Amino acid sequence: MPVADLEREQITGSEMTPALTRVAHVRKETYDTFTLTLEPAGHEPFGGFSPGQFSMLYVYGNGELPISISGDPEDHARSVYTVRSVGKTTQALVSSRPGDSIGMRGPYGSHWPLKIARGKDVLIVAGGIGLAPLRPAIHYILRHRADYNRLIVLYGARSPRDLIFRKQLDDWARLPDTQVLSTVDYGGLSWRGHVGVVTGLFRFVRLQPFHTVALICGPEIMMRYVIWELEARGMPPGDLYLSLERNMKCGIGFCGHCQYGSKFICKDGPIFPYHQVRSWFGKYEL
Amino acid sequence: MTPENIVNTLREHPFLQGFAAEHIERLAAMASEVNFRKGEMIFREGDESSFFYLLLTGKVALETNTPGRIVRIVTLGAGEELGWSSVTPSHSKRFQARSLETTHAMAFDGVRLQHACEEDCQFGYTLMTAMLRVVAQRLQSTRLQLIDMYSPVPAKAV
Repeated sequence: MPVADLEREQITGSEMTPALTRVAHVRKETYDTFTLTLEPAGHEPFGGFSPGQFSMLYVYGNGELPISISGDPEDHARSVYTVRSVGKTTQALVSSRPGDSIGMRGPYGSHWPLKIARGKDVLIVAGGIGLAPLRPAIHYILRHRADYNRLIVLYGARSPRDLIFRKQLDDWARLPDTQVLSTVDYGGLSWRGHVGVVTGLFRFVRLQPFHTVALICGPEIMMRYVIWELEARGMPPGDLYLSLERNMKCGIGFCGHCQYGSKFICKDGPIFPYHQVRSWFGKYEL
Repeated sequence: MTPENIVNTLREHPFLQGFAAEHIERLAAMASEVNFRKGEMIFREGDESSFFYLLLTGKVALETNTPGRIVRIVTLGAGEELGWSSVTPSHSKRFQARSLETTHAMAFDGVRLQHACEEDCQFGYTLMTAMLRVVAQRLQSTRLQLIDMYSPVPAKAV
């Protein structure tokens, strides 16, 4: 058999076969966003993941989706995903009930640079559901607090009712050397927090360029403005990392659906140092 | 606050970064210290208020009334500016400003600011450049809010 066919056989036989998991519980975060906790269907615990990675979740008879892992990277008994219900398969996923079977492949992809960030301030900038792939990094930093300087979390969402992980945001804000600020695009009179775009929160942050690593995840237009703001404040592009999203199908760099310039988002990403994708970032239809 | 303290306070304010010492002194001579209680309305929509404020502490919300509800457009805090329209010919306020916390600010009469700009073009250019930076930043933020970038379904032009 030719080598290419052998490789194809290998990929088809192992990487593309989902492992069986069971839904342990489903937690409602907002009116359209839910957090699913999956447990292995057998006795073997999950193999672990690095913050920023994703899995392919398969709703049997419905479809398969790439979903970022939003749980604690040191909890191998569970695998946690935060999903916004926007289509047929995500709707089916968030409608799961405890005990339902979900197929899972992965974890896949690159991860946040938490080793590089050691000894530095970590600035986390999240927009909307973009906080979900960043939460494992926050869990990791809080578990290894002495390895990092300040933790700064800036979070923007559409409205107060779109903010996810609200209780955790409050809990993190009370921790020493941790600054957590949230803002919404539209707020009613009962909202006591900030109103305005997430870049407006930078005025409350004492940023130390060259001693900070920035981890950014949200809508691409938000990330562009965040990057411009950080560069204007003296942050070197090499210290900026972002999580990108494209139409992923196989999750292993095989099908080519998520090609981005010379990279595949699923295999080379989803986490990229900004300087690696700078020339393509923001380009129309790329 | 003594005149010297006012000068020092203004020198620290981000809006006045890059201003020459004599321009800051000129502004200090026009500045008056103001405090707003939590919940106090600083101005209302349609008011002929001509004051420009540099916020020192506290938090202010810019709001607009729509039928049946009040929409909060933006919140402003220490180091920011309120009432940039006071240096434009029309002083009629388009939004209402509400103090959300005890707020401490330096206030400047917009008419006096405009006269100062006419008398000293160098001062006027510096002030208007700083003002334009504020307006551009607010415009950019407003555009981003209008895009509704967190929406799960991207808006399409018809």
